[in-house]
Amino acid sequence: MNQIKYRKMKNSIFHGVIFCITLIGIVVLVILLADIIMRGVPYLTKHFFTNFPSRFPKKAGILPGIYGSIYIILLTILFSVPIGLGTAVYLEEYAKKNRFTKFIKINISNLSGTPSIVYGLLGLTVFVKTLGLGKSVLAGALTMSLVVLPIVIVASQEAIKAVPQYLRHGSYALGATKWQTIRKIVIPAALPGIFTGVILSVSRALGETAPLIMVGAATYVSKLPEGLNSIFTALPMQIYYWMGLPKEQFKDLAAAGIIVLLGILLTTNAIAIVLRNKYQKSIE
Amino acid sequence: MTDTTNNFQNKKAVNNRIKRMRASNVIARSILFLFAIVTILTTIGIIVSLLKDSIGFFSNVSITDFLFGRKWTPLFSNPSFGVLPLVMGTLIITLVSAVISIPIGLFTAIYLSEYANKRVRKVIKPILEVLAGIPSIVFGYFALTLITPLLKAFIPQTEIFNALSASIAVGIMTIPLVSSLSEDALRAVPDSLRQGALALGSTKMETSLKVVVPAAISGISASFVLAISRAIGETMIVTIAAGARPNLTFNPLESMQTMTSFIVQASQGDNPHGTVGYYSLFAVGLLLFIITLGLNILSHYMVEKYRKEY
Repeated sequence: MNQIKYRKMKNSIFHGVIFCITLIGIVVLVILLADIIMRGVPYLTKHFFTNFPSRFPKKAGILPGIYGSIYIILLTILFSVPIGLGTAVYLEEYAKKNRFTKFIKINISNLSGTPSIVYGLLGLTVFVKTLGLGKSVLAGALTMSLVVLPIVIVASQEAIKAVPQYLRHGSYALGATKWQTIRKIVIPAALPGIFTGVILSVSRALGETAPLIMVGAATYVSKLPEGLNSIFTALPMQIYYWMGLPKEQFKDLAAAGIIVLLGILLTTNAIAIVLRNKYQKSIE
Repeated sequence: MTDTTNNFQNKKAVNNRIKRMRASNVIARSILFLFAIVTILTTIGIIVSLLKDSIGFFSNVSITDFLFGRKWTPLFSNPSFGVLPLVMGTLIITLVSAVISIPIGLFTAIYLSEYANKRVRKVIKPILEVLAGIPSIVFGYFALTLITPLLKAFIPQTEIFNALSASIAVGIMTIPLVSSLSEDALRAVPDSLRQGALALGSTKMETSLKVVVPAAISGISASFVLAISRAIGETMIVTIAAGARPNLTFNPLESMQTMTSFIVQASQGDNPHGTVGYYSLFAVGLLLFIITLGLNILSHYMVEKYRKEY
C-alpha cells in the first residue's frame, strides 16, 4: 500500500517537474521579448522607418533594410515557388516509385538540413563569381531561393497529399488528362496548404543572415536598391551591423530593428497558422 | 454528303484536341521533371563549388596538416592552417547546447504528448512554434546583451565573447526542434502499448518512461541528431557571441571561433580571390558540409527504422 502511494507521489512530482521544464521555453521567450521591447521601443520613432543608417544613433533609420528585405523576399518567392511547387507536383503526381525518385527525396531532406552558410558559399561561387552577378540583389535572392526551396517543396507535397483521391478520380472519369486534373483540381484544392508553406519560407528567408553576408550584402547602404544589380542590405544585416558597433545605444537600435523584424515575422506566421487551421477544418 | 463531312471534321477536331491535351500533358511532365532536377543541381553545385576551391587550398596545405594541426592563423603573414581549434570550438558549443536542448526538449515532448490535456497543448504548442520561428540573429542579440552579462555577474572571469553564452542561446534555439520531432515520435506509439502498461498497474510516469519513450527511441534519437547537426551549422549566434579567436581550449568561458563563424569572418575581410586565405573558407565549408551531411543521413536512417517498427 505504501509502495503504491510512493509511486503515485513520484508520478505527481514528475508531472510537476516536466510541466516546469516545458515552461522554460516560454519563460525565455517572454524575457527575450520583454528585454527587446524595453530597449528598442524608445527608438521606434517615425524617422526610424524613413531614415538611412547614421553615425548618430538618434538619427539612424532602417529604410534601406526594409527596402532590401522586400526586394529579396519578392524575388525569392518568384524563383522558389514555381520550382518548389513544380517539384512537389512531379514527386507526388508523376514520379514512379523507383530509386531515382527516392534519391531526389533523400536529396531534398539533406538540403533542408544543410547549414545556410554552405548555401552562402555556393551563392558566392556560382552567382557572384561564376555568373558574374556581383554583390547584387539578384545574387542574394537566388541564393535565398535555394535556401528555402526544400521548405516550399515539403509543404507543397503535404498539401498535395492531403487532396482526397476521389477528386482526381472524378476528373479522370470525365476524360481529363493528368495535367488538366493537376492544374484545375489538385492545385486549387491544395492552394491553402501551399500558401502556408510559402509564408513559412518567407519568414525563414526574412530572418536568414548568413547567406546574405556570404554573397556580400552590405551593412551600410546610403542608397535604395534601384534594380536587380544594385548593392543591397536587408533587415537582419542592419541589425547585425548595429550589434557590432561599440556604442551601447546602437545595441538599443539593434533592438528596435529586431522589433520591426519580429513584428513582420509574427504577422506572417499568424497568417500561416490561421490559414492552416481554416484549411484543416474544411478538409475534415 | 455534307453530314458525313461535318462528322468527319468534328471527329478530326476532337482527335486534334485530344492530341493537344496529351501533348500538353507530356510537356508539363517534362517541365516539372526539370524543376525536380533543380534540387539535385543544387547539391551538385554545393559539392562542386566547395571541392573546386578546396583543391586550391589543399594544393598548398596538406590534408594531415589541415585536419591535425593545432594552430589556425590563416590571415597571418606566416599562416598556419590546422583546423582543430575551429573544430574544438564547434564541438564545445554543440555539446553544451545539446546538454540544454536535449533534456528540455525531450521532457517538453513527454509532457505535451503524455500529460498535457487538449487545452494546455493548444496554448503551449503555438508558443513553441513562435520560439522556433525566431531568427538566429535575434538569439545572437540575446546571448550578447542578456546571457553574457548574467554569466559575468555570477562568474566574473567570463570573457565578453565566450562559448558558454553562445551555447546557451544555441541550446534554447534548438529546444523546439527536439520537442516537436520527439513529440511526433511519441505520438506515433500505438495506444495499445500505453493501455497495456496502465492495465498492469503502472503509473503514468512508468508508462511514459519505461514503455512509450523506449518504443519511440529511434525517432527521438533522430531528433537529437538533427538538433546536433543544426547546432554545428548554426552561424549567427556564434559569430556574434562566441568571438573570433581560434582557441584550442576546453574552457567555455573563453572566446572561441567555430567553423561557421570563421567562414563569416573571413568572407567579410579583404581576402583577395585566389589566395590560400580565401580558399581556406571553402576547405572549412567542405568539412562542415561533410559533417552535417553525415548527421542528416544518420537521422534519416533512424526515422526510417522507427517507421518500420509499427
